[in-house]
Parts: sequence; C-alpha cells; structure tokens
Amino acid sequence: MLVLIPLLPLLGFLLNASFGRRLGKSASGAIAVGAIALSFALSVGAVYRLVQLPPDARAIVQHVFTWITSGEFEAGFTLRLDPLSALMILVITGIGSLIHVYSTAYMHEERDAEYARYFSYLNLFAAFMLVLVLGANFVVMFVGWEGVGLCSYLLIGFWYQKKSASDAGNKAFIVNRIGDFGFLLGVFLVFVQFGTIDFQEVARAAASLSPETTFGAMSLITLLLFVGATGKSAQIPLFVWLPDAMEGPTPVSALIHAATMVTAGVYMIGRNAVLFSHAPETLAIVAIVGAATAFFAGTIGLVQNDIKRVLAYSTVSQLGYMFLAMGVGAFGAGVFHLYTHAFFKALLFLGSGAVIHALAGEQDLRRMGGLRRELPITYWTFLIGALAIAGVPLLSGFFSKDEILFRTYASGHTVLWVVGLLTSLLTAVYMFRLVFLAFHGERYVPAVGHRHAEDEAPVVPGDHGAPAAGMDRSGHPHGHGRPGERLHDAPAPMALALIALAAGSILAGYVGLPHALGGSAMLETFLEPSFTIAGAQDSGEPAAGEPGDSHAAESGQALELGLMGVSTAVALGGIAIAVFFFLRNRDLSGRVAERFSGLHTVLQNKYYVDEIYDATIVQPLHIVSEQGLWKGIDVRAIDGAVNGVAQAVGGLSERLRRLQTGSVRAYAASLFLGVVLILGYYVWR
Amino acid sequence: MPFPILTSLVAVPVAGALLLFFVRDEEQNEGLIRNIALVVSLLVFGETILLWSRFDPGSAEFQFVERYGWIPAFGIDYAIGVDGISLLLVVLTGFLTPIALLSSWESVHKKTRAFCMVMLLLESAMFGVFLSIDLFLFYVFWDAMLIPMYFLIGIWGYDRRIYAAVKFILYTMAGSVLMLLAILGLAVLHNQVGGGYSFDLLALYELEIPAHLQFWFFLAFALAFAVKVPLFPFHTWLPDAHVEAPTAGSIILAGVLLKMGTYGLVRFAFPLFPLAAAYFAPYLALLALIGIIYGALVAMVQPDLKKLVAYSSVSHLGFVVLGIAAMNTQGVQGAVYQMLNHGVSTGGLFLIVGMLSDRRHTRQIADFGGLKAVTPRLVAAFLIVTLSSIGLPGLNGFVGEFLILLGAFAWDPRYAAFATSGVILSAVYMLWMFQRVNYGPVSATNAALADLRPREWVMLVPIIAMVILMGVLPNLFLRPMGPSIERLLEQVRRGAPIEVQAN
Repeated sequence: MLVLIPLLPLLGFLLNASFGRRLGKSASGAIAVGAIALSFALSVGAVYRLVQLPPDARAIVQHVFTWITSGEFEAGFTLRLDPLSALMILVITGIGSLIHVYSTAYMHEERDAEYARYFSYLNLFAAFMLVLVLGANFVVMFVGWEGVGLCSYLLIGFWYQKKSASDAGNKAFIVNRIGDFGFLLGVFLVFVQFGTIDFQEVARAAASLSPETTFGAMSLITLLLFVGATGKSAQIPLFVWLPDAMEGPTPVSALIHAATMVTAGVYMIGRNAVLFSHAPETLAIVAIVGAATAFFAGTIGLVQNDIKRVLAYSTVSQLGYMFLAMGVGAFGAGVFHLYTHAFFKALLFLGSGAVIHALAGEQDLRRMGGLRRELPITYWTFLIGALAIAGVPLLSGFFSKDEILFRTYASGHTVLWVVGLLTSLLTAVYMFRLVFLAFHGERYVPAVGHRHAEDEAPVVPGDHGAPAAGMDRSGHPHGHGRPGERLHDAPAPMALALIALAAGSILAGYVGLPHALGGSAMLETFLEPSFTIAGAQDSGEPAAGEPGDSHAAESGQALELGLMGVSTAVALGGIAIAVFFFLRNRDLSGRVAERFSGLHTVLQNKYYVDEIYDATIVQPLHIVSEQGLWKGIDVRAIDGAVNGVAQAVGGLSERLRRLQTGSVRAYAASLFLGVVLILGYYVWR
Repeated sequence: MPFPILTSLVAVPVAGALLLFFVRDEEQNEGLIRNIALVVSLLVFGETILLWSRFDPGSAEFQFVERYGWIPAFGIDYAIGVDGISLLLVVLTGFLTPIALLSSWESVHKKTRAFCMVMLLLESAMFGVFLSIDLFLFYVFWDAMLIPMYFLIGIWGYDRRIYAAVKFILYTMAGSVLMLLAILGLAVLHNQVGGGYSFDLLALYELEIPAHLQFWFFLAFALAFAVKVPLFPFHTWLPDAHVEAPTAGSIILAGVLLKMGTYGLVRFAFPLFPLAAAYFAPYLALLALIGIIYGALVAMVQPDLKKLVAYSSVSHLGFVVLGIAAMNTQGVQGAVYQMLNHGVSTGGLFLIVGMLSDRRHTRQIADFGGLKAVTPRLVAAFLIVTLSSIGLPGLNGFVGEFLILLGAFAWDPRYAAFATSGVILSAVYMLWMFQRVNYGPVSATNAALADLRPREWVMLVPIIAMVILMGVLPNLFLRPMGPSIERLLEQVRRGAPIEVQAN
C-alpha cells in the first residue's frame, strides 16, 4: 500500500487545515507529527519488503487510478518504489519526522490557528514530496514537483504580514515556474519522441538507442529537464530564489530548502539516469553548471553576515556538487551526497534555528559570539555538522564528497575536479567562519543607545503573540537574548532532533564506505539498478571510475586513496584558514576585506545578480506591459480606433435618431428586422 | 415520444421568467422573486445533470435530437441535439446560473424582477446556442443572447455601464453580421447543388464547398467567434464589459459567453470549412499566442481586480484557441476541457472579486492588503481558485493547459514553447495580485471586513469542489467528450487532406 505513505501526511494536512484553529497546539502538533511518523514507519516497512526482493527485481508498483486519458496519451496515478525512491522516502519521512518534532517547540509561540496552519503546510509538503519521488511517470512527478513548490511558497511567506516574506514566496514560485517551463517542454518532447511518459518505458526505449554523439532529441529532452532542475535545485541561473527563501521559519529551511525539496532536481536526473547517460552533451552542461554553481555560491557564502544566508549559499553550493556528480555520470555518488547532505545540512539549519530561537530572532553573525558556553548542545551538534560538511575524515560528508571528487577526477574532468576541490576549501572556510563568529569569541554587546532593527518594526494589529513583522522569526516576543541574561539552550524536542541528526551526520556515510577503505560501497550498489535497465544491454559507457577487473581496481583504489589525502588536506587547510582569520586574528579579516574592498563588496552583494535580473528583465517587462501594451496598444491604438469608428457612426446616427425611439428595445427590434430583411432579399431575388 | 429534455432546457427558464412576470408588487415580494428564479435555475441544473447521466459517452453522434420544421420554405428547422462537445458546456451553464443569481442576492436591489427575468432568459439563450444544430436557429439564439447581456450590463452595471454595454453590443454585432451572411451563403450553396435550402448542420457538414468560398466563409465565422472569444486584437470590449457588469454578469460573461466563441470554432468554423481551417490555423494560433502573452502582461499591470481577471481571460482563452488550432486529440480535448475550467475558476474569481467589492466598495488592488488576517476563510478560497487559475497540478486548470500544450507541441513545438511561457506569466500576475490583496499589514479600513457568510459558502463550495474534482478525476469529464472529438477530427482531416500530409 504505497499510496498510504503520501496519503497519511495529506490526511494530516486536511485535518489541520479544516479544524486546526479549534484543535489547540498539542492536538494539531500531535496530528502532524503522528502523520509523518506513521508515514515513516510505513516507509520503513515498504523498504524492508523491497530489499527482500532480488536486486534485479527490486520494484514495488502500485497503480492507484487512471488520471488523465486523452487519445493515446495516458497518465496513470502510479507509484513505484525502487532503490532510489526507497532512499528518498526514508530521508523525507525520517528527517521530516525529526523536523516536525523540532517544530513543535520552535513554533510554539505562534497562535493556535497559525500553529495549525504551519503544520498543515508542513504535512502537505511531505505528501507532495513523497508523490514526487514515488511517481512512476513524469506527470505524477510533476504533481509533486509543483506541489512542493506551492508548499515552499506558502511556508516562505508564512509570516505573511512581512512584505519581504511574501516577496520571497512569490520569487520562489515564479523562478521555479521558469524552470517548470523547461521541464514541461521536456515532458512534451518525451511523449512525442517515445509515445509514453512512464519512466521505465522511456528508459527502456532510450536504452535500446545508442548514446547521442551530437546534440539530438535526447540531448534536448534532458537539457529541458535540466532547466527544470536548475529552478527547483537552485542552480545557475535560477538559484536566486533560494537565499531569499530564508524568510521562512528555520525548520522549513532545514526540511524544504536544504534536505528534501531542493534536491528534487538531482533526484530527477537520477530517475532519468538512462536518458541522461545517452545525452553526453547535456551531461557535460550539467557538470559544468554544477561545478560553477558550487564554486560561485561558495564565494558568496564566504562574506555573508546572516547566519541563514551563509547556510543558504552553502546549500546552493552543495547542490552544485551533486549536479557535478550527476554530470560526470556518477549518479550513485551524487545521490549519496544528497543523502548525507540531508543530515548535516538539516542539522546546521536546525542548529542555526536554535541560535536564533535563543537570541530572540537575531540572525546577524556580527551580533553573536561566544555562544558555545551557554548553548552547549547547539554548539556541539553544530560543530559536528560543520565538520561533516567540511569533509573532515570519518564523518558522512567526507565519504560522499570524496566519492564525487574521485569520480570527477577519474572520468577525466580534471578542471572540474580542481573547481570541486577549491569549493571544498571554500566550504571549510565559510563554515568555520560561521562557527567561530557565532559560538566563539566574546558575546556581542550592543552599543549604548543602539536601536535594534526589531524595535522599528511596525506592530501588527490584532495579532498579539505572533511575531511582529520584521522581527523575531522564531516567534519569541519575550526578550531574552539581551546581554547579561542567561540564554536557553534548545528545549527538549529541538535538542532531540539536533542530537539525532548529529548522530546521522557522523554515521550516515558508512553505508557508502568505498572499496578503497575496505567497505563495499553498499549504498551505490543498492542504488545501481535504478540507474540502469535490467536486461537491456547497456550501450552507455560504464560509470566513470567503476572498478573493472581486479588490477584496474587496485590502481583505482590507490588513486582514490591519494585523492582522499588531497581533499582531506584541503578541508583541514580550510579550517586552518578560518582559525587564522576568524578565531585568532579577527582584525586581520577586516583588514583583508578592506584591502580588497571592491571584491568584498561584489561578493557581499552576491555579484549583483538580483539587481541585474531586475534591471534587465523585471523592470523592462513591467514598463513595456504598462506603458507599451496596455496604455499604448490597448487603450490608445485599438480602443482609439474603435471609439473613433463609434463616434463617426454616432455622428451619423445623431441625424437618424429622430426616427428612432432611442430605447434599447427598439434596437433589439431593428436587429431582428434586419435579419428578416436580409433573408428576404436572398429569397426574393 | 420521449421527454424532450433539450427543449425543456431552453423552455423552463423562459417559463420561469414568464412566471416572474406575473408576480405582483415587486418591492414586497423581492424574496419570493429571487427564490423563484433560484429554484427554476436549480431545477434546470438538475436537468443538465440528468442529461449527463443519460448521455451515452460511447457515441460520437448528436443525442436527444429534436427536429421540427419551422420555416420549411427556407429549410429552416427547429433542430437541437447534444454531443460530447456541447454536453459539458450545457452542464456548465446550468451550474453557473444559480451561482450567478445568488451572487447578486445582496448587491442587486434595483428592478429585482427584471434582473431575475433577464438572467433566466439569458440562460435559455445560452442553452440554445450550445444545442442548436440548425445554423439559422443557432444564429437566432446567438443574437438573442446579446440582448439580456446588454441589459444586464446597461441597467445593473457600474458607472460607465452604458459605454460598456454599447461597446459590447457593437463589437459583437459587427462580428456576427458577417457570420449571418456566411450562414445564408451556405444555405444558398446547398440549394445550388440541388439539395434545396438547408440550414441543417449535419447536411452542411456533408456539403462540398469550393475552396475560395470556404476561405471567405471561414473568415466570416472566425471573425464573429474571434470577437466573442475574444482573440487579440478584438478583445478590448471585454475589460470594459467586465468592469462595468455586475458580478452575476461577469460570472456568466466569463464563465459561459466567452466559450461560445471557441465553441463556434470547434462546432462550425473548423468542420464546415476544413480546407480554410487548415490554411488559417497557424494564423489563429499566432493570434492565440499573442493573446496568451499579451493578455498576461497587461493583466500584470492592472490596478483594478476585475480588469486583471478580464485580461487573464484573454490569456486563458488564447490557450483554448491554440488547442483548437492544433486540431489533434489532445489539443481539442484540452481546449474543451479548458473551456470548462475557465468557466469554473474565472467564475470563481469574479465571485470572489464581487465579494470583496461588496464589502469594500472598491476593486482597486491598492485599497486592499492583509486580508488574510481579517478574512482567513475567504482568503483560503481565494487561494484555491487562484491556484486553479495558475494551473497547479491536482486542480482543474492543469489538465486543460497540459493537454493543450501537449497537443500544440505535437503540432508545432514552436507554438508550444511560446505558449508555455504563459504558464510563467500567469503565476506572475496572479501571485502578485494575491500578495497585494491578502498579505502584508492590514489597514484600518479593511480590519473590520466580515469573513464568508453562509450564502457565500453556498456559492464557493461548489466552485471549489469542481476545481478539485476536475483536477483529480478529469477522466470523468474527458471520457464523454472523446468520441465526438475524434469524429470532429476525422471530419476535418477528411476535408483537408493536405494538412494531414503536412503533419
């Protein structure tokens, strides 16, 4: 009963959406957590059944109903569990459950109705995300794809009184729609080309073709699909919505904008691995865009001062890594990183949420400092997350990131490998900059007479208890976080989630322990059937760097170990740089920033990408529409002509008016008379 | 003789109107008048559902056909019938009329009796248009429909109602006069080939029309329909008509009347003149594309809610015309589906705009803001209808748009590529509007607005139910239209073999 997995959170949504305002917090929280936890249990059960099957036959299909039929086009609402979707549903419901639990404490200061609204959206999100990964064809996937976009929109704009929040929600939806434009065209082309939209059938059809040597239909299909992925997964050029999405409550950032939804693009490529591996031209583009995004976002992350924005750019950058992996054909490695990233990035976001929660809404790193003493749980778990994402050996991020870098190198993409390595350095630097600024050093003391930004925020009428616009994202109206006050570390539900995710950040990587370290790359072996077609002779090239015979395996392992050493050195080097600049010599970092103030300003302003888009697309479109199309063509040209004719006729009829009574009834009569006359003429002549 | 259900659809609203005519003392019996009209319209809606349940979804032919000689000398018959293409449009008409009547419950107090009569007469004429299978009869209903609509705008409209009403009438008349000539021309042609005068659609379908005549006749028909749709650049009557019309008028205008243009293309222009249709289809598609993008861009910058929704109709109906021009299964089926969708969701949007303007006596977007905190239920309904209009999968709008774009893509990917950009733009103008009306801080004037009242629930719940039902179980609606659409495509292909080769 696969359908129950998404259905349960959907039910939770319906309950909280319909009766939420009357339920009270504990009931609506319990419904939401219960729904997702049950869904997790069902997922575990389903995956258990799946692994009982022989590796070649690992798929459970449920045809729920026939959704759209039109001529030869048919879209069934069909769900399919295979190794890839199995991993995804475990991540979605598992980490999703933890984040639901965390939210019960984090959102506790909201009014009952708002609290229920929050949880209804969160459940709805889980339902759509599960449909996305379980869908057996493009159209069902698209239901989830757009559905998660909707929930993202609703949750980013959760504090709707704030203009910046609803702006960010709109931006997310619209930028994603630009991606969907490509995705939809890709789906149309799939149907026209293959006569089906079922993933399996498409893969089977593609597998029977030889890989394209020039840019052909499959390259176009995959490129269009990839446009969709750049929207959903925040890659160049459509990444601009994700940093703004941080307007949403922090657990939302953790769940939707780090662990699950934004990885949908990576998942989609994995789902269509056969198709993509037949389109080397597209794969090259995917790899380049991924690497470029990884590096580019990393540089921005280096200088941001909002704790969540650093993490947001970090997410963009890590997603770039995953696309790099997909682009070099290492689908297993990309999905492996998706999976480990879900743990440590969710952890980091939730940790930042705990900080924001403790500081009554403060998000500026420059106003933090020294928190490690007062927030020990948050600090230690956050540190684990930071070590994991930086790629320090023996933590989860190390294994997956290394796998990507190794595969990139082994497939001959040396330049991309260097970019990846540099990004790895940046990652270590910006993460530990964040750690040191927030948790080390001295507590920030505001200057006397300083007015906090939140004091200027307008008060929202009739909404006591809810956070006023512009302040206090965690929903804490009472003013702790002032200097001298004792800060509260994460309350139990939040601490639980942090600790569980920290454990995951350490351990999650071991399921993919590579051969070179004596492991068996279990996860990638498990996933492999999802990226190929059983029985079809694989005309695609074997995944790069895959160990072939034992001799090659040995030399491959030596290479892998060597590369591991390099990336470990880079990660540790990055941390050392952060120690030097942000722990030992903070003044120096300021001086460096001044010395290169031009570059610093550009980075701080995120390369002015938003401004460029605004000036070249948004504003011109608006002005042309208003002045050109509406007032120019519609009002002046067309209506001008129409009114001109009418006036001319009016002038004429002024003289004929005396013949008429002027009443509408008479016009109607004349209308009929006219018909009769014309008819009469035809017959009589 | 079986019960003449189609005739009764046309006749019952007229009978209702007559009944109202005999109600004395309009002032005192206002409630009675409204209730009579509502009951009649609900009865008619029940009949349309009955019709649907009796309809044979496997058949492509016209069903429940009634044919009586009317003016035998000219071969004019009273002939009505329903097939898969018209069936659901008839149901849509039955569905929207009671909602439109209810929408004016509190806003119309002037000449209530006349208002109710006009609404019922309008409903009757609309059924006539969808059911006629005699071209002369069709034309009579087509013109007859204008008159109640004219009164609706001209009497119960807003400030510039006379201008809007006259513009509406002139635009439409200018289009339909040429169509009348073409209809008469067809009858004459039928006579010349020795079949006697005939306005019978089925007979005319079989007529061999020389290519040059097809060319002119198609243009005449297409112009009438293009004005009605409205297709760029014949659309400027629509924003004025909508802005000035009362809510009930807007619902019917957007929900049903606009479909007559696209219905006419499917029913008459394409199958009667297949050669010309094949020739003109790319041009129609081009105008449709312009309409999709142009309508969306102009909608984006409207300060008035009603105008925004009106221009969004130009954009949405552009999709419908594109699907028709594609002339393949997915395109046409999507187009017919989109007609229904547009009726439901734009009807819903006008309904909600009406509720807002009833409360606030303004339709300027800038006058609103922060309503979510004040009227959460109204805003929730607003959100669902907005998402339906944007084409979110799982709601009705998606199914139509998707099929149309798929059909257009199969026809010519370039059209689909441009049209798909409309999907982006619809999100832009709708979400931006939604944000400005419902999000942000709330002003003192808006802080006391009332949330949904029971009467408003009664109107919105069916709309939302349809939005979801048509999104989740579209095959319920797609299946009965399938065979008739295949027959239509077959007929067009037969008449225009060149186009088949081109594809």
